[in-house]
Amino acid sequence: MHNRSEEANDRVIEVEGLTKEYRVYDKPEGLWASVQGLFHRKSRTIAALQGVDLQVRRGEFLAMLGPNGAGKTTFLKLLSGIITPSRGAARVLGHVPWERNDDFRRRFALVMGQKNQLWWDLPAAESFRLHQEIYRIEPAHFARIRDDLVDMLDVGRLLGQPVRELSLGERMKLELVAALLHEPEVLFLDEPTIGLDVVAQHTIHEFLQTVQRQRAVTVILTTHYMKDVAALCERVVVVTRGSILYDGSLEQIVDRFTTHKVVTLDFESAPPVAQIERFGFPAEVRGPRVTLRIDRTRIAAVLPQLLADRQIRDVSVEDVPLEEIVAGLFRGAAAQQEPAAEPAGVP
Amino acid sequence: MNGDTVIASGPATTLGIRLHTWWRMLVICLEERLAYRTDFALGTLMRFLPIVTQIFLWTAVFAAADRSDIAGYSRDNIIAYYLLTMITRAFSSMPGLSSSIARSIRDGSVKKYLIQPVDYVGFLLAARVAHKLVYYVVAILPFGFVFFLCRNYFPPAPDGLTIAAYLLSLLLSFLLGFFLEATLGMIGFWFLEVSSIIFTYMLFQYLLSGHMFPLDMLAGVPTGLAGVSLADVVRWLPFQYTAYFPASVWLGKVQGWDLVGGLLLEVGWLAVAILACRLAWRRGTRRYSGFGG
Repeated sequence: MHNRSEEANDRVIEVEGLTKEYRVYDKPEGLWASVQGLFHRKSRTIAALQGVDLQVRRGEFLAMLGPNGAGKTTFLKLLSGIITPSRGAARVLGHVPWERNDDFRRRFALVMGQKNQLWWDLPAAESFRLHQEIYRIEPAHFARIRDDLVDMLDVGRLLGQPVRELSLGERMKLELVAALLHEPEVLFLDEPTIGLDVVAQHTIHEFLQTVQRQRAVTVILTTHYMKDVAALCERVVVVTRGSILYDGSLEQIVDRFTTHKVVTLDFESAPPVAQIERFGFPAEVRGPRVTLRIDRTRIAAVLPQLLADRQIRDVSVEDVPLEEIVAGLFRGAAAQQEPAAEPAGVP
Repeated sequence: MNGDTVIASGPATTLGIRLHTWWRMLVICLEERLAYRTDFALGTLMRFLPIVTQIFLWTAVFAAADRSDIAGYSRDNIIAYYLLTMITRAFSSMPGLSSSIARSIRDGSVKKYLIQPVDYVGFLLAARVAHKLVYYVVAILPFGFVFFLCRNYFPPAPDGLTIAAYLLSLLLSFLLGFFLEATLGMIGFWFLEVSSIIFTYMLFQYLLSGHMFPLDMLAGVPTGLAGVSLADVVRWLPFQYTAYFPASVWLGKVQGWDLVGGLLLEVGWLAVAILACRLAWRRGTRRYSGFGG
């Protein structure tokens, strides 16, 4: 069943120089411009993805981060065969995705946070049955898998209700069940936790973790929530403007891209701001709480002085929040790319 | 894995599995169709209403013209013809098919069928069969009632062979209507807004299918080419099969080799429509950029 080269190196996903360009039309404002647009339209080409190389091994759980419009969803669409690239090559499970042959399509799944595969007006159980047929799952096996997944997410009581009557979180859980019924070897998740409350997010994290470990599924997840990443992924790929900016572990991101730690001091009474500021670090004061950003290389030296002889009730030293690091990364990339890398032609 | 045992079976069982899948699609479409009971019942009855108005209209036309014969049709003939085209239309018309395909392309819901190992066109066909089946079940009572009331307008029933040809032409008209409109909907891959294209098509289809008047009434309309009337042109187009042709088979207006030729041409147009549909799908999906997120 498995392709030989795929078995040999165990690389489930191989992407080389993948580029997707779109042609967009510029429409200037105003009625006259609209009339002109009837006869002549200016178009330009924008690259949603440019020359992406990536390799993913079996069983990896990879997070893809990037600002809106960075090309994450385009990437997943290419790997699922929904769209065809302008240039470059990709193989998923040994198949070229956009050839869309059924052998390939039986072995992966894509879940999009805002789109549903379930039939809107029917109970999810009916959609599941249809999946059983489409993916040709043997009935007894199907029943076992379905019950397993349904138990894990505790959604048994929702199976008989029309999907349109369910909440967003409930729907997403059932979408995940539907996507996993045929035991895909590769799973693409496009912002699966978007708009969900904390409890639902947590349930989905645990579920994905369990499923991924039990079955060694290879997962690529795109998200804007760092909680997803911290809970699930060993490997993080940061994409900006269609290119990969960083590819490595989550810890390394923190290591490589932060220079500071965040120190929070809680005072008994009004904090002595003037004295603290003499250390030369920017301080944020809110009631009896002072938050400081201290250079990582100096923290060992500074901290004892800060704590000496002061009426401090509580203290904490933390890494800069992941959101902030990533936001910094995005901004840095934008600033870097504009003057240096691409002097002209950037839209 | 467990699925492998099923996949690795011979061609006969593969066909069996396909049929089974198709059956499941049919069932789920039936269920979906029945989810909105009121909309469904009203929709079905409303589509039936034009028959009654047509009967009144033609009765009025004949009364005003004070003639017993218009282009070879008596009043009784015309009413019988209308009732029969209503039956053809019940097979060949595809309400909402092209617009729903175009919509699924525009809003991105077509993605589902690109990801799953399922054939979108086959799926739409199953959905349409379900749609029609439910419609027939509900419409058979009012249809039967009207036909019973109008039974005297009809000539005596044709022989068995003609009836068989009639049924075949109806079945083909269903498939032809389906593939023509499915192809039309796939224009959505190229133009995001297709409603005016669909409208134009519907207009031509209405005029040239015989839905509005029997097509042999066009025999006197010149085309500018010597000796060629509009009826001669329309006879070669696919539209007549979606209303006129089956009705005229029942009424015995097409017989012998004309009938065989007519059926062959219908099969030919069906083949063209299926190919066009496949081609549009293949080209369209290659072009598709996955609109709507």
